[in-house]
Amino acid sequence: MTAPAPAPAHRSLRGRTRAASHTDNAARPGALYAVPAMLVFGVFALVPLLLVCWLSFTTWNGLGDPRWTGLANWQDLLTDPGLLHSLRITAVLTLAGWAVQTPLALLLGVWAAGTQRGRALASALVFLPLLLSGAATALVWKALLDPNFGLARTIGPWIGVPSGNMLGTSGGALLAIIAVGAWQFVPFHMLMYQAAARNVPAHLYEAATIDGAGRVRQFWSITLPQLRNTVVTSSTLMIVGSMTTFETILILTDGGPGAATQSMPFRMYQQAFKSFEMGPASALATVLVLFGTALSLLIVRFSGFSRMRSTLEGI
Amino acid sequence: MATAPAPAPGQTRTPSEPGPGRMSGGSPQRTAGRRPLLSRANIPGGAASLIWLAIVLVPLWCMLTWSVQNRDGFLDNGPLSLPRELTPENLQTVLEGGFTNAFVNTAIVTVVSVALTLVCAVPAAYAVVRSTSRFVAGAFSVFLLGLAIPAQAVIIPVYLMIVRMGLYDTKAAIILPTVAFGLPFAVLILAGSLRDVPAENYEAMTLDGAGPLRTLWSLVIPMSRGSIVAVGIYSALQAWNGFLFPLILTQSEEQQILTLNLWNFQTEYGVNIPGLMTAVLLSAAPVFIAYVLARRWIVAGLAGLGGK
Repeated sequence: MTAPAPAPAHRSLRGRTRAASHTDNAARPGALYAVPAMLVFGVFALVPLLLVCWLSFTTWNGLGDPRWTGLANWQDLLTDPGLLHSLRITAVLTLAGWAVQTPLALLLGVWAAGTQRGRALASALVFLPLLLSGAATALVWKALLDPNFGLARTIGPWIGVPSGNMLGTSGGALLAIIAVGAWQFVPFHMLMYQAAARNVPAHLYEAATIDGAGRVRQFWSITLPQLRNTVVTSSTLMIVGSMTTFETILILTDGGPGAATQSMPFRMYQQAFKSFEMGPASALATVLVLFGTALSLLIVRFSGFSRMRSTLEGI
Repeated sequence: MATAPAPAPGQTRTPSEPGPGRMSGGSPQRTAGRRPLLSRANIPGGAASLIWLAIVLVPLWCMLTWSVQNRDGFLDNGPLSLPRELTPENLQTVLEGGFTNAFVNTAIVTVVSVALTLVCAVPAAYAVVRSTSRFVAGAFSVFLLGLAIPAQAVIIPVYLMIVRMGLYDTKAAIILPTVAFGLPFAVLILAGSLRDVPAENYEAMTLDGAGPLRTLWSLVIPMSRGSIVAVGIYSALQAWNGFLFPLILTQSEEQQILTLNLWNFQTEYGVNIPGLMTAVLLSAAPVFIAYVLARRWIVAGLAGLGGK
């Protein structure tokens, strides 16, 4: 407000180098400014992270005090055939989620970065599912897939499920969860790819066109390599997202039919808040934390965030 | 990797500098780097978009048409046809089921969560960009790590802590963890946009005799207005659509949140699908209205993570 906005190019260039070198004489904020954020984040995200490890060595039914029982939960967990099953379900959901969403998001995003007529309107409409809550999405799809009342009785016969009961088989239920996840999250990843595809330098395409490369060739040799960072970021977010799918499973299939869609987060929820076996559930949660942290390290390692960090530390 | 041009760092500030009618274009680097219109049409992309558009729109169409029919009409009509007669009956059913209360609860939780997120994240982002403190550098690394901690993984200890703090079944029980898990993203986005503010501006503030607090107020906040709005919208969406924290940390009907109210509605009314669709539409109405009014901002807010 007090400062006139300088030319944008100048702004970003100078801003970056100067902020990085810390040579200016401006007053600097103290660590105090980061304290409120650290406090809230520390108490409600970091402390629980440590607590969950501790709880995994205890027995606790949700009331009273947790009691230390050493490695018992972990021994149970590692010999539990249910763990392997839920690991497998989680892996299937994660991998299939990635394999369905990535090509779709990439194709749609690159298309939306172009200049076709109707593109803006189409993008605006495609974006709508992202505005619904996960719970609402799952409820709507549950209604749509209802074999008696929903869309399923009309569409089922077209796709080889004459009865329309798609949630009735284990394969169908898994597919439904993957499809709902794609419906919900493809728009977000499409947006990422759209933004990134707009940043691909034009001269690369000009040169390729002069060399006679077709559109498909250009996609594989220019667009995709240029979007590599985005593919990594988007994939990591997708994997973390699919790995932790919860509402969709709870509402759409409730883990069923049988135990067919009992992924790790779902199983953890059931153990903790249905059977009140907090100890074993915490062991399962710790496994989730380990996966989550590993993936988060991957994000930091491969995405632009690590660059931001080095800028900061390059004092 | 090295050949990729630095993406416009102010992805989230594009709203303040609207491009020529584009959804998220607009910053100079991007316009300069835009490829010229390819002469041939992108046929696979176009076809995929059409198909995907249909996949997105059919359920939304069902939601709309089912919500205005009564149950018998809906069953006679079939899922895809236009409703023959419109009825406000569903609206009545929904409003009788504690919807209004849940709506107000959700609104309170959302407003407080957004306010708290911004109050914590803006100064933190300022510190991350401008402070020389080691503590801040360490804090930033911790925030980065926090980006992918799945909320489910820590829900058991959060439950334990909330119960022990005496906050169980209160709005604070929803707000505090929601804010905590939104903060890493908020700080990242805000810090990203603050890096664009040239050092000269900070120096000018200091020459004017301003301390860090006044710099925060009269330079940092105005300069990152675009990102603040984007982060605000993002946190509002997260809070409005939250499910896990309310599910575990509240219990009474009095404290019920919209997402849980919807789920309850489905359990209670079972096959009243038109009623459910009405409830879903009503619960999403504020978000849809906001989207119509401020699409650019919402898209930018959600694209923040992708704009790196």
